[in-house]
Amino acid sequence: MNELSLPTFGKSVKRKEDDRLLRGKGRYTDDIKLPGQTFAAFVRSPHAHAKILSVDTEMAREAPGVVAVFTGAQMKEDGVGQLGVGWTVYSVDGEVQKVSDHRALAVDRVRYVGDAVAVVIAETRDQAKDAAEMVMVDYEELPAVVDPARAQDPDAPQLHDVAPLNRAFSWEIGNKDAVDEAFAKAAHTVRLDLRNNRLIPNAMEPRAAIASYDPGLDQYTLYLTSQNPHGMRTAFSLGFGIPEHKLRVVSPDVGGGFGSKAFQYAEETTCLWATRKLGRPVRWTAERSESFLTDRHGRDHITHAELALDSDYRFTGLRVHTIANLGAYMSGSGSLVPTYMYATLLSGQYNIPAIHAHVDGVYTNTTPVDAYRGAGRPEASFVVERLVSHAARTLGIDPAEIRRRNFIRNFPHQTPVVMEYDVGGYEASLDKALEMIDYAGFEARRAKARDRNRLRGIGISTYVEACGIGPSRKLGQLGAGGGFWDSAEVRVTPSGKVEVFAGSHSHGQGHETTYAQLVSGLFGVPVDDVMVSEGDTDRAQAGTGTYGSRSSVPISAIVTACQKIIVKARKIAAHVLEVSEGDVIFEDGIFQAKGTNKTLTFPELAGAAYVAHNFPTDEIEPGLKEACFYDPPNYTFPAGCHICEVEIDPETGRLEIVDFVAVDDFGTVINPMIVEGQIHGGITQGIGQALLENAVYDADSGQLVTGSYMDYCMPRADDAPSYRVAFTETKSTSNPVGMKGCGEAGAIAAPPAIINAICDALDVDDVPMPATPERLWRIANGLGGA
Amino acid sequence: MTRVSLSVNGQAVSADVENRTLLVHLLRDHLGLTGTHVGCDTTQCGACVVHVDGRAIKSCTMLAVQAEGAEVTTIEGVAQDSGFHPVQAAFKEHHGLQCGFCTPGMVMTAIDMIRRIPKLDEKRIREELKGNICRCTGYENIVRAIEAAASAMGGRG
Repeated sequence: MNELSLPTFGKSVKRKEDDRLLRGKGRYTDDIKLPGQTFAAFVRSPHAHAKILSVDTEMAREAPGVVAVFTGAQMKEDGVGQLGVGWTVYSVDGEVQKVSDHRALAVDRVRYVGDAVAVVIAETRDQAKDAAEMVMVDYEELPAVVDPARAQDPDAPQLHDVAPLNRAFSWEIGNKDAVDEAFAKAAHTVRLDLRNNRLIPNAMEPRAAIASYDPGLDQYTLYLTSQNPHGMRTAFSLGFGIPEHKLRVVSPDVGGGFGSKAFQYAEETTCLWATRKLGRPVRWTAERSESFLTDRHGRDHITHAELALDSDYRFTGLRVHTIANLGAYMSGSGSLVPTYMYATLLSGQYNIPAIHAHVDGVYTNTTPVDAYRGAGRPEASFVVERLVSHAARTLGIDPAEIRRRNFIRNFPHQTPVVMEYDVGGYEASLDKALEMIDYAGFEARRAKARDRNRLRGIGISTYVEACGIGPSRKLGQLGAGGGFWDSAEVRVTPSGKVEVFAGSHSHGQGHETTYAQLVSGLFGVPVDDVMVSEGDTDRAQAGTGTYGSRSSVPISAIVTACQKIIVKARKIAAHVLEVSEGDVIFEDGIFQAKGTNKTLTFPELAGAAYVAHNFPTDEIEPGLKEACFYDPPNYTFPAGCHICEVEIDPETGRLEIVDFVAVDDFGTVINPMIVEGQIHGGITQGIGQALLENAVYDADSGQLVTGSYMDYCMPRADDAPSYRVAFTETKSTSNPVGMKGCGEAGAIAAPPAIINAICDALDVDDVPMPATPERLWRIANGLGGA
Repeated sequence: MTRVSLSVNGQAVSADVENRTLLVHLLRDHLGLTGTHVGCDTTQCGACVVHVDGRAIKSCTMLAVQAEGAEVTTIEGVAQDSGFHPVQAAFKEHHGLQCGFCTPGMVMTAIDMIRRIPKLDEKRIREELKGNICRCTGYENIVRAIEAAASAMGGRG
């Protein structure tokens, strides 16, 4: 692939979006007001598992301001379909995954605390909430199961008739026989039992939706806090029988997503249906308590992993068994995340000739689980990086050395689990990180800490992930329900300004700036002359959304569309400058006739394209606008090395991250300031997982115990250290820019780095996440807890 | 309904509100000042921080009627004319925001912090930010922005 190198790459251009966001002039969904709007409030199950015997809405209907009360039964009668599932996996026995019946409003049974049962629509938010309290639901409580380890027990409560033993799938990948053989011949084997703790994404903007209908245009509009407005338009159109061209979905400014805003949810589905019933706009914004209960959760794996090594400590086989908690229903990518987003990354940065992974996806009476920053890849990196450091510790070899000895060095590299890594430079990022943290000087620092009665440890994590998801054909073979291209349209106005319409969506990533930087570099126009529009299905034709660090795909579409424009512009320039096309040079925004001083600026060329006086319009159409659908030839494979040093006070269990270095290879970096920001945020979410955050369900009642910011420990400013960030670079071959994606790396790399450091500090085999002060204190004082 | 009269960003305003109406909803729903955000329901996240009579408060935890006669400043009112307040400028310069949702509360907290505390160092800034949650930035660049703004403002809000 021809690598693009532009003068605007590598520049920390300040963000265009900041001017409105800093002034309080952002436009988030809840900021939008529509005339005649009504407010929805949901009646939710207080039980983890129960039969719905009756729903009495009479008193609520009579309450002040109430416009309507609807139940799941009414919605079902109206023919509203199931919430969408976008991926299909097959079990070892060839059976297709067992997909739960999942309706926006439950009809006869509720399966987690927060499951929506009915909706009240009223003139004000408070009236809707008041009346929702008056809906009388008669439940017959059923026993619940929340622990994925218990879900497949024969005596466990059954959630769905379609899925005996609560098993949605029992899936495998890799070569079991080859792994068995590797273990039979191994000089050394090590094993770990790991729990990847359940997390709640907690984008700071709660989910929201506003549905409306314009009878004049016969068009529905749905404002939505979505990472994937185009995908939602198709899903809602199919689910409701609303012709797709009669439905506009708009995701305006969105306050963070981290995966949790990529799916179809019950509430927006209900708002759209209710607006059709009522003819008035219907809006809903989650309260944080609802976000805790109903935003898709992340992670929640129980894993047993074993690594076989030869006498030189080279890895010969990896065996993994994972139970993945899917929650109460199969979410949109519920079966994708713990299979093809997870087990395909189990080779890590290493040459491992034989890998076998078996994953059981199970239903439990908990909130549905889906993608959360990293989505499967943090779980994979945690298994591999914990196991590798554990092997080093057990076998008495340096953890940097054991990695170095097993790194993949020849590319492209086909792993035993689907992925073909195109490029990488794993030793370079390891070396740089070791140098930055002064690895050689660590033991002296540890000794000094000991003098202060602090236990100091160091932890390495060398991760690889798969981003820039595509190509469509390959993903189709793996079970994808749709394509994974992306699209862009680039319009040049008659005065030479540029409008970019992309199918991606920015919810913190700074696309308005990065895309403008790219186009500025390609056309030689100022960044301020480029307008980037995303998130409106009336403006950009198509898109597949932003998740999985995949903006290399829309960026490739933009580059290609711009290159098409340049091809056409050269033809026009040749006519205007009266030279042959081959004699037109385009550099820094100037079209020049070779060997002459005849030039056209980019705006002059744009003007000529629209005036259309000086070229034959039967050969060249007037105007200047091109589009592209880009389907990448492969994933991209960002990789790097994060190293963490911790100190633990054995008297209190208090842990301090005393140093954290991150060296990442993201290929070409367009805006280093933005990329570093992504790293900071990702690592902090990784710190959250390793040290603070844990979604806890009560085993008996199935209640979410950590249902607010008072119980669920979000990282605050004084929980996070200052980071030292650096880059190495090998350029991806999957896109014309050579970029790889950076959004999730921190959340993938950090947890194993931190836990490896803690195990090193405490000299123990394992410490469960989150490694809270109480746990650390217990372990440090020999009271168990590991 | 109760009539409440107050000053918001230097303008005298009044509105009829229910007694239970929160200050943040008065600002957002009645006055159209949607820069102040609601990120939680337990007074933890700080997205709703505004200044009331010169003090930073969480507007989700104050009734609108309690603001009778008060002087309220929101994110829309911190800058002179169309420019930036030095804290806003520092947040842009140091990339102290990503999705922007927690940002108004962060800026209002930072202005208050710089006004109250003559010598701010990194540790103190991190402690003072305990009531403001950001999920995007990892706080690193927010801290840098506040350090820079404090220095630019000579320690005076």
